Amino acid sequence: MIIIIAILVLLSLAGVFGALLGFSAIRFKPEGDPVVAQIDSLLPQTQCGQCGHPGCKPYATAIANGEAINKCPPGGMATVEAIANLLDVDVVPLDAETDENPIPLVAIIREDECIGCTKCIQACPVDAILGAAKLMHTVIESECTGCDLCLEPCPVDCIDMVEIPTTIHTWSWSPPENHKLKANLIVTDGESL
Amino acid sequence: MSNNDKLWPLKGGIHPAQMKDVSNGTPIKQLSQPKEIILPLNHSNGAMATPCVNVGDQVKKGQLIATFNIPVATRIHASLSGTITAIEPRAIAHVSGLQAQSIVITTDQSGQIEILPKIDDWKSVSHDLLIRRIEEAGIAGLGGAGFPTQIKYRPHTQINTLIVNGVECEPYITSDDVLMREHSEQIVEGTLIALKILSAKDAIIAIEDNKPEAIGAIKAALNKLDTYNIRLRVIPTKYPSGGEKQLIYILTGQEVSSGNIPASLGILVQNVGTLYALRQAVVDGEPLTQRVMTLTGSAVNNPGNYWVPIGTPIQHIMNESTRDLIPHKIVMGGPMMGFDVPDANAPISKITNCIIIPTKQELPTFSDSNPCIRCGKCEQVCPVNLLPQKLYWNAKYHEWEQAELNSLFDCIECGACSWICPSEISLVQYYRYAKSEIKKEHLDKVKSDQARHRFEDRQRRLEKLAAEKESKRKARAAAAAKIQSNKDNTTESVLDDQAKADILASLARVKAKKPKLTTKVLDTKVVDTKALELAWQKTEDVVLKAKAKLLIAQQENSASVPALTTALGKLEERAKKAKLTWQDAVKFDATTIDDIEQ
Repeated sequence: MIIIIAILVLLSLAGVFGALLGFSAIRFKPEGDPVVAQIDSLLPQTQCGQCGHPGCKPYATAIANGEAINKCPPGGMATVEAIANLLDVDVVPLDAETDENPIPLVAIIREDECIGCTKCIQACPVDAILGAAKLMHTVIESECTGCDLCLEPCPVDCIDMVEIPTTIHTWSWSPPENHKLKANLIVTDGESL
Repeated sequence: MSNNDKLWPLKGGIHPAQMKDVSNGTPIKQLSQPKEIILPLNHSNGAMATPCVNVGDQVKKGQLIATFNIPVATRIHASLSGTITAIEPRAIAHVSGLQAQSIVITTDQSGQIEILPKIDDWKSVSHDLLIRRIEEAGIAGLGGAGFPTQIKYRPHTQINTLIVNGVECEPYITSDDVLMREHSEQIVEGTLIALKILSAKDAIIAIEDNKPEAIGAIKAALNKLDTYNIRLRVIPTKYPSGGEKQLIYILTGQEVSSGNIPASLGILVQNVGTLYALRQAVVDGEPLTQRVMTLTGSAVNNPGNYWVPIGTPIQHIMNESTRDLIPHKIVMGGPMMGFDVPDANAPISKITNCIIIPTKQELPTFSDSNPCIRCGKCEQVCPVNLLPQKLYWNAKYHEWEQAELNSLFDCIECGACSWICPSEISLVQYYRYAKSEIKKEHLDKVKSDQARHRFEDRQRRLEKLAAEKESKRKARAAAAAKIQSNKDNTTESVLDDQAKADILASLARVKAKKPKLTTKVLDTKVVDTKALELAWQKTEDVVLKAKAKLLIAQQENSASVPALTTALGKLEERAKKAKLTWQDAVKFDATTIDDIEQ
């Protein structure tokens, strides 16, 4: 008899909680894929397509579906580390020939040479090029992500990728690591925690 | 009274060697005129001033030469008379050694001065006029931050207490000390003007007890006044008592919460130099074109304080003291919070209170440090109650989030922790590095969010355009199909049926005519009339169908109504013709049959 009561109680509890879980699964279902949004927020948003996807969000979706996390050259190792940290996977070296810590670039149109073909305008993923047919185009530098997608379609090769110069306001302190540790007295004095 | 005398001792803090007697033994000297004045156009918040002079223009001392189009910035005045010889990038007093767009004035001996109208009777003019004067005179906080002073006089909350900061707690620096000794009356008058602008209740002038002459001078100046709402408070010497939030705590026991400004407590803190400049601007109409600066350090021959025009190159000031000096380093500001200037051609700015030219023994270059031994001394001396050791680990291992959680941005970079550290770890360097990295990260985040929005907006726009194109194409296709089907269903099919009927009718007619010529074959003739009847009937059917369609079209107000109407007209005509043909045939038949029978 006691066994039957116990089974009944457990069954009813299972029923109640099952219903609760089922209800909340429908009622509180998150919109979109939160993991994709989180990965997307870590990507540098250059929209350059170097990962083989048409933009950062598609790559974020692909990562969420199991693609390698090291295909973003503009993000560099910092992005790889951040995504690895988020997804709790191993850090893998960047899959690129370029430097691990990329230098931020900006596109500059040599305006005298521009023929006004609008091809770069169509190529720009962030609408950072201004101009009209048969009129000179120019890059809105503050909006340019340095993705270099505008270089290839230009028929007269009048677009250059230049380094963004450091000004007083973008300058930052360098790490004070120029000293050498004389001895590792305790384990945390080593190079990694 | 007893409560008024109470002081709240600063938590933490250090007692470094004062080194003030190096430079405070002589009165303020006038610097010889520099050949060149360099006035950078950049503001600390990233804004750039717009010059209102051109290369080649003659300018007078005190003439406005550049303005900002944002409110949180100070105006730039020519600090000596001369000619504008260039507006170009020049080295500025910054630890990076970078250049910034600057106005360069080659000075002359004309000594022409332009001043603003004097406001002698400042007690009877409006607050607004006085605040406008502060703005016109380009006054900035001379204590170190260089914040535009006019903003401070338009607070969002009522200011009750004005604190006049004459603490000058950092070693070596004596510019405020000597200014108070020599110009105490002007400082007190500046305090009165500030009190009037703010409608504040009272003011406290705070001075550290290591400046007896300055204390005496201020006391004497206060004794001449008939008002009693300015008090002098002498506080114990301890670094960094002169920090804004630290001084407020020492004097009032109140703490300015993290991320807030003193105005949230109804307090405004002003440096003595700022109030002196304010008084000069109001009473004498002088824009801020010069300041008192300490030149000190063991490498210079005659250290002391100088009236220095803003924009004077450091090299010129060094030459004044010691010819052909090749400095081991140039420190701008004090030894605790100052920074190394890599280029001696950089000019001094409104906030430069001190230049130290030390010997190698005096301020050695940062050498190898030892590992942290976790002694915890840094935590004892931190005046902001932070955990410097924890912040050090956070900064070292790039744990920015943790660093922010440990209130990194409340660090005032006073350097007490670095000073006390037995392992000589330059802790402040770590904090500065961490702060700039975090700021950079935030900026990058803002920029990438902007890029994301632009990308998404573009995707949406492209999708919308594609959808519009598609819907237009579909609409066109649908319209074409409708026209096509209309034709099929109405005119075309009707006409098709009619054509068949016509063919039948004409065949019948041809056959019917045949008996006219050859009346031999009666069977066929009979059949022919029957065929004609059939044809006519068919035509009538088609007409009926067409009529029905027209009716429906009229009810639906369709565009095919006119086409249908004309088609119907034609059909009716043909039906009539078919009927006539058949009737003719029948008549003919009858007569021929009669003829034959007869």
